[in-house]
Amino acid sequence: MNATSTGPGEVISPGTPLVEISHLDKSYGAFKALEDMQFELRAGEVHVLFGENGAGKSTLIQIICGVQNYDSGEYRLFGETLTGLTPAVAHEKGVSIVFQEFSLIPEMTVEENLFLGHEITGGWRLAKSAMRAKVQSVLNRLGFKLDPAARVSTLRRAHQQMVEIAKALLWDCRVLILDEPTASLTDQEAAQLFDIIEQLRDEGLGIIYVSHRMPEITRLADRITVLRDGKYITTVNQADTSEKELVQLMTGRSFDSFFPQIARNPGETVLTFEDVTLQSGHAKNLSFSVRRGEVLGFAGLAGCGKSEVLRAAFGLEKIATGRITANGVALEKHNPRKALSSRICYFPSDRSTEGLAMHQSLTFNSTIAALDDPVFSRRKTLLNRRAERGFTEKMIDKLKIRTPGLTAKADQLSGGNKQKLMIARGLSREFDVFLFDEPTVGVDIQAKLEIYDVIKTLTEEGKAVVIASSELAEVMHMSHRVIVMREGRIVGELDGEAVTESAVLSHFFDHDNKSQAEEQHAS
Amino acid sequence: MTAIAASQQSRLGRVMKAIGILPVVLIITCILLALYEPRFLRTSNLINVLRNASFLAIISAGQMLVIIVGGFDISVGAIVALTSVSTALSMVGLSTIGIESAPLIVLLGCLAGLVPALVVGIVNGFFVSVMKISPFMVTIGTMTMAAGIAGYVTGGTPIYDMPELFTREIGRGRFLELPYIVYAAAIVLLALWYMQTQTRLGRYFYAVGGNEKASRLSGLNTRKYIWLAYILSALLAGIVGIFLTARVGSGEATLGSTLMLESISVAVIGGVALKGGVGRIQMVALSAIFLSVLSNGMSLARIDSKNHIIIIGLVIIIAVAAESYRENRRSRHV
Repeated sequence: MNATSTGPGEVISPGTPLVEISHLDKSYGAFKALEDMQFELRAGEVHVLFGENGAGKSTLIQIICGVQNYDSGEYRLFGETLTGLTPAVAHEKGVSIVFQEFSLIPEMTVEENLFLGHEITGGWRLAKSAMRAKVQSVLNRLGFKLDPAARVSTLRRAHQQMVEIAKALLWDCRVLILDEPTASLTDQEAAQLFDIIEQLRDEGLGIIYVSHRMPEITRLADRITVLRDGKYITTVNQADTSEKELVQLMTGRSFDSFFPQIARNPGETVLTFEDVTLQSGHAKNLSFSVRRGEVLGFAGLAGCGKSEVLRAAFGLEKIATGRITANGVALEKHNPRKALSSRICYFPSDRSTEGLAMHQSLTFNSTIAALDDPVFSRRKTLLNRRAERGFTEKMIDKLKIRTPGLTAKADQLSGGNKQKLMIARGLSREFDVFLFDEPTVGVDIQAKLEIYDVIKTLTEEGKAVVIASSELAEVMHMSHRVIVMREGRIVGELDGEAVTESAVLSHFFDHDNKSQAEEQHAS
Repeated sequence: MTAIAASQQSRLGRVMKAIGILPVVLIITCILLALYEPRFLRTSNLINVLRNASFLAIISAGQMLVIIVGGFDISVGAIVALTSVSTALSMVGLSTIGIESAPLIVLLGCLAGLVPALVVGIVNGFFVSVMKISPFMVTIGTMTMAAGIAGYVTGGTPIYDMPELFTREIGRGRFLELPYIVYAAAIVLLALWYMQTQTRLGRYFYAVGGNEKASRLSGLNTRKYIWLAYILSALLAGIVGIFLTARVGSGEATLGSTLMLESISVAVIGGVALKGGVGRIQMVALSAIFLSVLSNGMSLARIDSKNHIIIIGLVIIIAVAAESYRENRRSRHV
């Protein structure tokens, strides 16, 4: 906040209010999304928006960047009172946003995506070389190693995220909004992003940062505005607050520990990998076993192959060599159908493309995997709609899914509730093994806790649970055993007390520390 | 050994990916045809093939634009018929009100003839982009209406008495040995190639089809581009209607009945993805030539015309299957 900034063409002194919102109301029908909201963003600060599902964070940032309009109240941008703002106008004025759901066109290249809607032209013609030069300069400035000509659909999620950020910063921008920017980044990539954010703050940008992750908030935030149920709660200075206080402000109640204590009762082995190598080459020579009554975690950087292991267990990856055994039966020519009948359940990380039928109702989604179960079908062909409804209602209750109703479509739900809906599906029939790939990506704290509770319940009921997560704290605290992967190989297995941050991290990066970690393991 | 085979295959695969499989198939088809039936290589036959390909290329170019923005235009065939009737009626009408100059009659007649096509395009675009109705249903509706109007106005009989300038010169005349329609197609293809590769407009068509929501968030007026695609498609179908009318020498309500299916086939064989956002005019042009060569070859081989459509149907399914196979392979590598 102490840096003197040089904005594009004009000097913005730190502390100047960029965005001022007061007494803002916004309703969708009878549902009040925002009520008497206030918010202020100053130049040269990182201002975190903090709140649960449906607290109104998304609505607020959408209003700020012109995607949504508001019913009443006042919104001043750069000292100017605005009405009828559109995304194009907001962008022109210098408001850029990085959405949580990617706003990239998969079939277009990085460069084409960056300039979408704002192409440089000479007359009618696109000035391609000028655009290429500009892309290179912004990528260099951000330190992103991306090929401007690469098609976005061929990039990993983390790289797609980088494209999103580069897109927001391609043009002179004074207000940058980041909605859960680290959701799909590894810790290393996230650290790189934080450096960039700090650099931009020092250049005098106002940054609105939406996140649920405490370490990020502690590291980046200057001020934090807490929202709850569409209402403004308070704005605090980061320096004057604590994690505990923030969580209390957000939830309106207190709780002591974040991760639940899960009792460990290792039972019989239900799933075994014996020297499995995948055809895709993303994972090699995997050997491990999964037991009832405990949580097995897979840790590693994004792209290390941990997701592929889970996918292989569910029959979504072809196996080149080796053997997967479930309940003592070898799974030849594995596929999801066989996995389901071997009582293996899988929750993908990408809920919108692999998880849910977005345009179908809650009921449809929660029972679709179990329609062959006599509970939901009559004489194997007709649907038992009453049983379906009953089950869905029970699940909404049990998992605390926040929804307008049973007939609501899956894409009307927020990230956390989508994940819970997937879990409901997993509970629709009897399973022994539950595979969670990134169980809490894009999920807020409250939903996270509820998902952790589900995992705890399942484990203590004697199910086998496997978690693959890029969030180190999550794998460490939720798992009884942790397998660390790097470049497609298992580089370490830690058990119980040996699961410490330094032990896991040493496996992440470096061969030399491996022996040291194994000593720890042995002791 | 398998590794070597695999790497060779992947090199072949890379080449295939760069130029696509279509040019190869086209060349092989031409060579086989030339060997089997030397008449294929006669100038008159080749010009014939090129003429058919030109009609197909223009109408398929419009279809391509609509598919790129994530839609479908079923009404193009009926637009051809409607334009044929409206063009013929306008020319007859213009001469009965006493306009003597044939060029003026032809010019005004063609422009007036395009008006119904424009209207259908605007209606299609409005319902798809603003009202958010399924393109399939909207264009089926307008197709039925356009065909109905064309049939009602003519009462089922062809309309004659158009200026000779139109039926003889434009319909059968040539410039440097080639029919005018070939030049018209060349102009349309070049213009669309320029648009697709060099202009914002072209890029926005891809963006809207690739991810409409993301495009809107990037500040694009997505409705405008979807709407525009339908209007362009209808106008290109109208142009084909005018040239076909000149060629057959009369306005007919049954003209172009096969073109709807053919235009979609050409687009799909040319690699335009039905999910939207993908498609290049060069490939559509090649695909139009390919389909024309194929029908021509079957005629030369005296295959019953009823069997043509069976084979063409087969080719379409193979093309779509190949496309989705490639798509699957690619997504697996990510």
